[in-house]
Amino acid sequence: MTTRYEAVIGLEVHAQLLTRSKNFCGCSTRFGKMPNTQTCPVCIGMPGVLPVLNRTAVEYAIKTALALGCAITPHGRFARKNYFYPDLPKGYQISQYELPIGTMGALEIVVGGEVHRIGITRVHLEEDAGKNLHEGGDGVSFVDMNRCGVPLMEIVSEPDIRTAEEAAAYMRELRSILRYLEVCDGNMEQGSLRCDANVSIRPEGSADLGVKAEVKNMNSFKFVQKALEYEIARQIRVIEEGGRIVQETRLWDPDQEITVSMRSKEEAHDYRYFPEPDLVPLVIDEAWQEEVRRTLPELPAAKRERFVRQYALPKYDADELTATASTAASFEATVKAGASPKAASNWIMGEIQRLLNLESIAIEACPVSPERLAELLKRIEDGTVSGKLAKTVLEAMFKTGKDAAAIIAEQGLTQISDTAALERAIAEVLARHQKELVEYRAGKEKLFGFFVGQVMKATQGKANPGLLNEILKKRLAG
Amino acid sequence: MKLTREEVNHVARLARLHFSEEEAERFREQLSAILTYVEKLGELDTTGVEPTSHVLPIRNVFREDAVLPSLPREEALANAPDRTEEFYRVPKIIE
Repeated sequence: MTTRYEAVIGLEVHAQLLTRSKNFCGCSTRFGKMPNTQTCPVCIGMPGVLPVLNRTAVEYAIKTALALGCAITPHGRFARKNYFYPDLPKGYQISQYELPIGTMGALEIVVGGEVHRIGITRVHLEEDAGKNLHEGGDGVSFVDMNRCGVPLMEIVSEPDIRTAEEAAAYMRELRSILRYLEVCDGNMEQGSLRCDANVSIRPEGSADLGVKAEVKNMNSFKFVQKALEYEIARQIRVIEEGGRIVQETRLWDPDQEITVSMRSKEEAHDYRYFPEPDLVPLVIDEAWQEEVRRTLPELPAAKRERFVRQYALPKYDADELTATASTAASFEATVKAGASPKAASNWIMGEIQRLLNLESIAIEACPVSPERLAELLKRIEDGTVSGKLAKTVLEAMFKTGKDAAAIIAEQGLTQISDTAALERAIAEVLARHQKELVEYRAGKEKLFGFFVGQVMKATQGKANPGLLNEILKKRLAG
Repeated sequence: MKLTREEVNHVARLARLHFSEEEAERFREQLSAILTYVEKLGELDTTGVEPTSHVLPIRNVFREDAVLPSLPREEALANAPDRTEEFYRVPKIIE
């Protein structure tokens, strides 16, 4: 009998907060600046300095904890996590240990049509370390301390995740929430959102926990899924071959698509946490919690549900449109300006997104405003312009900033819905293609498309497709 | 409380300190004596007393999220034992 295994996965996510200044000093958090130009005595650990906590960073962490349904710790404090590494000039990281900002939250994901509730163990505030560069040195590494002290939020899940797909779904949902809250830009490639996973396997149905491996270096949703798929299969293989899983850190290698053991000379972690004496206790009372709670926007899950209900959209559309708050806002503005919801959804997910991608423009900066898009969609609905030509109109609107009416008039793209005019065009086409007409009437019905194409060509694509089909069928029948 | 030599060596390693055999033994004795002395506090009944992490009656000291000037790079790197034009230079971290 073969044993079936299930995976037990917990995710540890680090999110860089979108504050202007660092967590404990006034240095800028701007990404991509010249190395070692954004540091000061506080963040590079000079003797005799004192950290002072960034209020906005605390508020972002409270906001996130509330959005994840956490209980807020009313009397919290910071702790020192002690270890030596070249990118950590103080010799300790200011973090939180036994009293994090929030605990006992949850996040819901939908995988395979089923809702899974993933518990959130804790949300805490800490600081980032510097950046090590290993390229270009013979036996040496280089350190850039600009990132030292940038506020980081750590979000730890319960080991409630069972598959690689669920892990990727959890990351997507979490990123979406962080972006709705405007506390993190969620860029996994640039490292402003990072994910480590604790993975173990056990026989299906067992309540025991196996020995876990920690997987790091998964800097995209795709890699999270692939790395965990690989790691789960690897652990099953080790067990099946009679081996044992060792507790270790493994790195995802995206080129070889495997995880490799990070053989570290470091001895077992012993961080000797103790309360940070340089920072005073953090008290988050009811009033402050309420103040932050009032700033919470409608979250992705609620918005998705509302879009299905209020606009009668398919679930797929609701998922796509609510991926970012700005796409959702743009859709709602288009509908409010008079477009039908399904048309607005199709055009925003389709043509608008395609044009934005081509030019790498964010939807908030789209040259075609929701009002103008609605105007164009109304022109399709009332038959002024065909859906096909509307794409040309939209492209021109996108490029020139003019409105639909101006472009339709300028380029003479008004749809031909005049029966007489279409009759004339069809008669000409049929006269020119006697051979095909005979074949069609002899039963080669797939030639219908050919005739449609010819009439469209003759009318520069302006024929009203519905009307054209109708008349053409009659005329072809003889 | 009696410390073992292994515990002394472990703590020394974590702090990147290197002791001779005699030093390690001397510190083991001294640290054991200190811990024994501090253990006296354990005799107090602290039921219902909040653990003290800070002795000052202050809480919630914040700065506003505003950017202040940073150190010029030359100054930041001035005390580095080894450096390049732009970076701190350290022994190779990974293979």
